[in-house]
Amino acid sequence: MASSTVPRTTVVRSSAQPGGREEHALEVENIVKRFETAEGTVTAVDGFSLSVAPGEFLSVIGPSGCGKSTLFNIIGGLMGGYEGRVTVSGETISGTHPAIGMVFQEESTFPWRTVIENVAFPLEIIGMDKRARQMRARHFIAMVGLDGFELRFPSELSGGMRQRVSIARTLASEPRILLMDEPFAALDEQTRLLLGDKVLQIQQDLRQTTLLITHNITEAVQLSDRVLVMTYRPGRLKRVVKIDLPHPRDSEVISSDAFGRYVAEIWHDLRVEASLGMHEDESRARNEKSKR
Amino acid sequence: MRRAFADTRFGPPAVGVASLLLALALLEALIAAGVINGFIVPRPSQIIAAIPRIIVEEDVLDRFLQTALEALWASLLLTVVGIGLGMLLFRFRLLRLATETWVAALASAPVVLMYPLFLVIFGRSATTIVMIGFAAGLSPVILKTVEGFAGTRKVLLDVGRSFRLTNTQLFHKILLPAALPTIFVGLRLGLIFAMINIVGVEFLINFGGLGQLINELAERYDLPGTYGAIFFVVLVSVVFFFCAERIERWLRPGM
Ligand SMILES: Nc1ncnc2c1ncn2[C@@H]1O[C@H](COP(=O)(O)OP(=O)(O)OP(=O)(O)O)[C@@H](O)[C@H]1O
Ligand SMILES: [Mg+2]
Repeated sequence: MASSTVPRTTVVRSSAQPGGREEHALEVENIVKRFETAEGTVTAVDGFSLSVAPGEFLSVIGPSGCGKSTLFNIIGGLMGGYEGRVTVSGETISGTHPAIGMVFQEESTFPWRTVIENVAFPLEIIGMDKRARQMRARHFIAMVGLDGFELRFPSELSGGMRQRVSIARTLASEPRILLMDEPFAALDEQTRLLLGDKVLQIQQDLRQTTLLITHNITEAVQLSDRVLVMTYRPGRLKRVVKIDLPHPRDSEVISSDAFGRYVAEIWHDLRVEASLGMHEDESRARNEKSKR
Repeated sequence: MRRAFADTRFGPPAVGVASLLLALALLEALIAAGVINGFIVPRPSQIIAAIPRIIVEEDVLDRFLQTALEALWASLLLTVVGIGLGMLLFRFRLLRLATETWVAALASAPVVLMYPLFLVIFGRSATTIVMIGFAAGLSPVILKTVEGFAGTRKVLLDVGRSFRLTNTQLFHKILLPAALPTIFVGLRLGLIFAMINIVGVEFLINFGGLGQLINELAERYDLPGTYGAIFFVVLVSVVFFFCAERIERWLRPGM
């Protein structure tokens, strides 16, 4: 376990310049990540860059296997050994950073803790006393609409409710930058839309800089100010689409014409990449069969 | 309706007791009918009748405590040493890869048969009995501890790391609670092995608690008494399992 641990907060260099790049809450420059595998080197991310303005809601969308989670782990400081640079408000970081909060793709609540103990977890870690942290936790539990479930254990909740617990837990640490890796991937379409509304509403209230990683076009357009489309492996930036839909938005927006146009536009780009991925999978399967 | 009954507090234990009574009644009937030889297998009613007798004449309660105390010491050793070694093996991969097969092999070793060696080291004492029980139960505790730690879902550790936990915090707040259910499986298995060997050694070296009593009663060919004493051995296990379950629920809620 310890051998793979990435160092905690290491601010390597501060490049904050007054009036310069400081207007970016988060900047990712030229990230290259390669994995050594049995079949040789796989380039998962190749020269990916993005910058996010404070309070912006940005989505990164791409086909399965294009390097989205890799990117998420690099920005969150959980994965090292890459080229390029991640800066938070101008500081270059390596390792985890207190300003960044992460919500994971997989179910990640602690099954041995009640809802309130789960949500209060980051506050417990920073040493807040019990009464204060329970009060804060209650606030965030209410925010995701789980009041009344404080004393339940995750095993007593539905998948969507558990995911809301994870979101509340990350919100409780009050990160300036929220990273979410397909947080709704395991949910049905209706829950996904409603939870999307909730997240967007919270984001508008807290003015958090949010980076959502997804492969769902509707979700990306529904929630974002900008959508970044990635190519299939190696993951590069293909296109940036600015979503000019009025705020406040809710899931009703999906029935508008403009929404449909955005979805069509993004699908047009994504389709090529997605089919590339499928072809590669198929040909690999064929190769493996012929080898046998 | 059936489901509701299974969820009631007294439903399952009531069914358990009822099926036990039914089995005993069946055995009684089979012996009475002569299908099973009554000279080899005593009737359940005789065994039950023997229990008050051995309590009064054979000091069973005292022996019960003696055996329970030996089992307690063995399980404390198992908890401390077994979980400790398991943690060590988890922490150092080389050690684990090098020794895991040996530890697993130890599980099938008939440790009881090594009692002369233990007698030489610890003498004809309770220590010998405790140490044999401990040695017999050690490998499942180690193996299950390693399995529990190694099986912790990566995403839970990632959550911890993203909240910037120190390695010590990661261990106490995530690894340990995540591994506890599996560790307890190991402890239960270890306790079973320990119990069998403790009573076995008491029997073999004719020393101490219930095992010695079983030896004596069997030699006198007091079969109802022998089975009555075995009943108390089972009772020791029941008490230990009950306590283990309580402790587990207290340490690791949310199951
Ligand atoms: N630890 C690793 N070792 C080797 N290859 C890896 C590793 N992690 C990821 N990869 C490879 O990197 C590529 C990108 O993986 P990643 O998990 O980032 O994709 P993704 O875009 O999140 O996919 P999905 O949408 O299916 O979650 C994949 O081809 C994967 O095989
Ligand atoms: Mg992914």
